[in-house]
Amino acid sequence: MVRTNLVLLLAILMCALGVVTSQHKARSLFQAIEAEQERERHLEVEFGQLQLELSTWATSPRIEKIAREKLKMRTPDPAKIITATREVSR
Amino acid sequence: MMNFSGKRGHKFAESPVLKLRLPAWRSRLMALLILAGFGVLIGRSFYLQVLNEDFLQEKGESRYRRDLQITASRGRIADRHGDVLAVSTPMKSIWAVPADARLTPEQTRQLADLLDMDAKELSKRLASDKSFVFLRRQLPPEVGDKVASLKLPGIGQDREYRRYYPTGEMTAHLVGFTGVDDKGLEGVELAFQSQLLGHPGNRSVIKDRRGQIVEDVGSIKPPQDGKEIRLALDSKIQYLAYSQLKQAVTDFKAKAGSVVAVDAKTGEILALANWPTYNPNNRERLTGAQLRNRAITDTYEPGSVMKPFTAALALESGKVRFDTPIDCAPGRLTIGSATISDSHPHKVLSVAEVIQKSSNVGTAKIAAMLSPEQMWTMFDAVGIGRAPGLGFPGEVSGRLRPWKSWRPIEQATMSYGHGLSVSLMQLAHAYTVFAREGDLIPLTLTRADAGPVKTVPVFSQQTAREVRAMLEMAVQPGGTAPKARVPGYRVGGKTGTAYKIEGGQYVRKYVASFVGFAPISNPRLIVAVMIDEPSAGVHYGGDVAGPVFSRVMGGALRTLGVLPDAPLPVVAQNSQPTRGQL
Repeated sequence: MVRTNLVLLLAILMCALGVVTSQHKARSLFQAIEAEQERERHLEVEFGQLQLELSTWATSPRIEKIAREKLKMRTPDPAKIITATREVSR
Repeated sequence: MMNFSGKRGHKFAESPVLKLRLPAWRSRLMALLILAGFGVLIGRSFYLQVLNEDFLQEKGESRYRRDLQITASRGRIADRHGDVLAVSTPMKSIWAVPADARLTPEQTRQLADLLDMDAKELSKRLASDKSFVFLRRQLPPEVGDKVASLKLPGIGQDREYRRYYPTGEMTAHLVGFTGVDDKGLEGVELAFQSQLLGHPGNRSVIKDRRGQIVEDVGSIKPPQDGKEIRLALDSKIQYLAYSQLKQAVTDFKAKAGSVVAVDAKTGEILALANWPTYNPNNRERLTGAQLRNRAITDTYEPGSVMKPFTAALALESGKVRFDTPIDCAPGRLTIGSATISDSHPHKVLSVAEVIQKSSNVGTAKIAAMLSPEQMWTMFDAVGIGRAPGLGFPGEVSGRLRPWKSWRPIEQATMSYGHGLSVSLMQLAHAYTVFAREGDLIPLTLTRADAGPVKTVPVFSQQTAREVRAMLEMAVQPGGTAPKARVPGYRVGGKTGTAYKIEGGQYVRKYVASFVGFAPISNPRLIVAVMIDEPSAGVHYGGDVAGPVFSRVMGGALRTLGVLPDAPLPVVAQNSQPTRGQL
């Protein structure tokens, strides 16, 4: 009788310790996932900002200004435009 | 302890009190009172644990459980190629609970530096007796992080969004803008509000003493970000339209202007520009004139650009043919008490030449062959007097009076576009019948990815082709708009120079317009231009709006990669002159 009780007591102690460790593990994993999600949000924010920056740099007025003033580009004379059609390439 | 033995020196069991003979009811009363006390306690605990259980549960939970809102962002607005026109980026707002915010002068100074505020102003706000004050809104997230790292008591922050419009004033009227709380106030932001709006989610969590989330409890409702709206707009064509319009309004000292470009194949609106405009990123000092989306919300008497419709109806009903002669001499026509005149008198013109040279008299004579009902039905069919149905805020339907009330002179003036009013968008829409094979295609603001849409036939294919030929003549030598020609492409279109009405009277102020399409061999693009009150000498549609049309159309066709369909003029100096025409 006493022996069974002792065995059961031991078993219950093991279980209790198991619960404690698994709970601890669950919490640390949870914190890890929280941290990752936070990072995801940060990256999303950064992505949005970069996208905004990209579209601000890539606005047509700016492109035209650089093309005309810095690169000295201009629209070619219509007579100098050669249209390549599929028939020509054959 | 001492009392058990007592000072009097007898044992507790021998206490004289025990020897007193007390009445029995006293002990029974005590027992009863104690029982009643137990009863009350049991009742109370029953009340708390069973009947009113939620209250304590809630109190308990509130010690560790927190409901968190997960913010959702508003959808982006992009053009047809995915270039961003409007985007929300997260910002931080810094707030304080003044009662808790007891900062040292050093901390106040640090915070003021970060918030770019005056330290005195900041301490004044912190001393306010309100329970909650915003210190600064719409701060960049980095600043928010820095403030958080100071770990100041009573200072917190919220995430909020700010809407940015990278294309600024170029697309202001079409895209519109939002007010506080992500509410769309104008343009597409308003029209597509329900789709753009994100729905925040929420979750319940258990937080520990340090404020860290320990675990989730209950179910998580994930946030739903707003949908991205893909407009039909083409940023490059929009830029062309905008810059050319701006140039023309400045050059001709005009009051305002609009340009609309529509894909004739799909009914997609590729460009919509108005002048004057505004910067949606900075909306202090806005005037009504800047806000007006003239192309959609303003109507005007279109003038001669309506003539092709009259001619098309006459062709369709078999009253005239392409080359039927119409006597336009002597350049005046009296109907009732009113007289119609041409700015340049003509003699006998064919129907095609009436359109080419834009003769009011000729058009009125053609209209006289038609019944008011016929004309009304045709105008109605091409969308005059009906809103274009874009779902755009403030869309107007224009004015087309019921045909029963038309007097003969009115029928005559309506045939050349006076006495009815339209918006520029409606004009561009109506011209789809000529650019297509006589059928009207509904316009759309968003990318038409769903495949072909249902079109409404108005004219026969034959009529549409003949009108196209007439409109091509109008931009050739002898027509009203040689300046609207586009090198390399065959284009067609019609000018309009209409008097404005002020106080019910026609005044010497004009609206110059041009609506046309290209390439004629297989029209792809419709461009409509309207310049309001040009006042630098010239005011004819062909001179003012024609060049704008030409440049926008030319650039847009190149952008779209449409093959040139006109033989190029051979330049003598060019070493390889004929290659382009192979």
